[in-house]
Amino acid sequence: MTVSTTSSATVPPSLAIAQALPDLLAPVKVRRGVVGFLRNNLTVTIGGVLLLVLVLIGIFAPYLGTADPTALAPAKRLRAPSELYWFGTDALGRDVYSRVIFGTRVSLTVGLSVAALATLAGLAIGLISGFSRWADGIIMRIMDGLMSIPPILLAIALMALTRGSVGNVIMAITVAEIPRVSRLVRGVVLSLREQPYVDAAIASGTRTPMIILRHILPNTLAPLLVQATYVCASAMIVEAILSFIGAGTPPTIPSWGNIMAEGRALWQVKPFIVFFPAAFLSVTVLAVNLLGDGMRDALDPRMAKGL
Amino acid sequence: MASYILRRVLVTLPVMAIVALFVFSLLYIAPGDPAAVIAGDQASPADVERIRQSLGLDQPFLVQFGTWTWRILHLDLGTSIFTNLPVTSMIAQRIEPTLSLMMLTLGLTLVVAVPLGVVAAWKAGSFIDRAIMAFAVSAFSLPVFVVGYVLAYVFALELDWLPVQGYTPFSEGFWPWLQNLILPSVALGSVYIALIARITRASMLEVLQQDYIRTARAKGMGQRSILYIHALKNAAVPIVTVIGIGVALLIGGAVVTESVFAIPGLGRLTVDAILRRDYPVIQGIVLMFSFLYTLVNLMVDVTYTLIDPRIRY
Repeated sequence: MTVSTTSSATVPPSLAIAQALPDLLAPVKVRRGVVGFLRNNLTVTIGGVLLLVLVLIGIFAPYLGTADPTALAPAKRLRAPSELYWFGTDALGRDVYSRVIFGTRVSLTVGLSVAALATLAGLAIGLISGFSRWADGIIMRIMDGLMSIPPILLAIALMALTRGSVGNVIMAITVAEIPRVSRLVRGVVLSLREQPYVDAAIASGTRTPMIILRHILPNTLAPLLVQATYVCASAMIVEAILSFIGAGTPPTIPSWGNIMAEGRALWQVKPFIVFFPAAFLSVTVLAVNLLGDGMRDALDPRMAKGL
Repeated sequence: MASYILRRVLVTLPVMAIVALFVFSLLYIAPGDPAAVIAGDQASPADVERIRQSLGLDQPFLVQFGTWTWRILHLDLGTSIFTNLPVTSMIAQRIEPTLSLMMLTLGLTLVVAVPLGVVAAWKAGSFIDRAIMAFAVSAFSLPVFVVGYVLAYVFALELDWLPVQGYTPFSEGFWPWLQNLILPSVALGSVYIALIARITRASMLEVLQQDYIRTARAKGMGQRSILYIHALKNAAVPIVTVIGIGVALLIGGAVVTESVFAIPGLGRLTVDAILRRDYPVIQGIVLMFSFLYTLVNLMVDVTYTLIDPRIRY
């Protein structure tokens, strides 16, 4: 005879067993894989999806109903947003919608390039600094010096030396961001060096390059990834600021900072020229910041629940 | 205490020297020949050479750096290529609006951000906490000029409560001065407020878990005294550190805010200098702001000993 816990009808009274307890707690669903990670980390999902949409906008800019973003049409200047010109036209009759959509490319290129370059350079400098005592003294004094120049001013000073081009903007912002990244890596390396498993590796005769590759590098990746998103967000803001004050991307290239700079003189009467690139910039930076905050919480559970 | 401060000052000197070397190198490798600019279009190559020698531009790099540093120590930042005025006096003319803006923003930030962070930590996990942190994340993502334009549009153009642009010197009265600076300092302060509210919350959360906070609660201390006397004082060191580091945001942001609100300060001077490629002015401003920033952080380090007597180096 099989005793079923759910149906007590077939069981004789002498063998009666207790009624099944109702399920008070819903069964815990363990979510795994990429989908599970995204469902458990809503901030990462929101930021990631927003950023993905913006990247797609940047890639497919020519196919999104845009006109030539640099085409002048003096007869149609300063039109208010309408069905024909979704975001209106600027003082030279250029279509603001097309310029903003193409501007996505500049911001994302600068943000992602600076994040990649500054992270790589900072990683290299931080590793050297964390492993060589004599280099550490020199490198950290130089970094202290660079860090005591406010980043935007440092980028402005570097841009003043060169002609405005997207490449030079990327280089200038990268130099301004490197000190922070290398300090972070150095800090992580110094604390990892004290770990027992690094001592064990040294004791068993592992050579320094192998220790770095196997034991140090993998552990720096998580904080570095989070830092890279913050660098990316900050780089996009600095790019817009540089262009806005006339020290960044050349005016011939439609970037959000340039569109705002051109709309600046007219913003009291035609606020839409400044509004649309400003809104795009804010949403993009917000997406990257959400991605970074979410990843920080996911990678370091102690920091979680912080939004 | 005195020896700690002295040691801290001595550590700052090499940092300032590196900043000076870096800023000097900028001018050294800057395109264009200052001697040719000063000599003018009509000058012969011999004239240019003579001016170059009189300026000491034919000397080796380190010698030039030495004489340049000597001049800096005597508060001589050189002469503007464009206006022919001493850079020091150009900066002095423009410093009042910028300092006003920065001081007001700093005051506003401290008054707003620290209580916000304290409340968020106290009510951690609640709706208020989430609202404050959501505000902090969005304020962190909004660039200064975006906030500036939105504020100016709403409060100056639409509601007409405050002036749109411009600056009135402090000598012409407190209210006119303040009126022009309210919107710029809110715009400039938004990122800074977000930063400090976040660090205050994080630091307070850590302190609120300590045993002595439980003891204070157990002996029946009021919530406010616990928060502001026991907790905030112990949470202060990271907060003060970030206030110091955040001054870099203020300096960078001031350049932009002044452009948005047409304030004739150092930010505008910087923008003009960039457009004219006036290297001595750019150099002077970068140098001055960097020293100011270093000085602020030196002061922050000294404050540590006042907040937390356990700190001794």
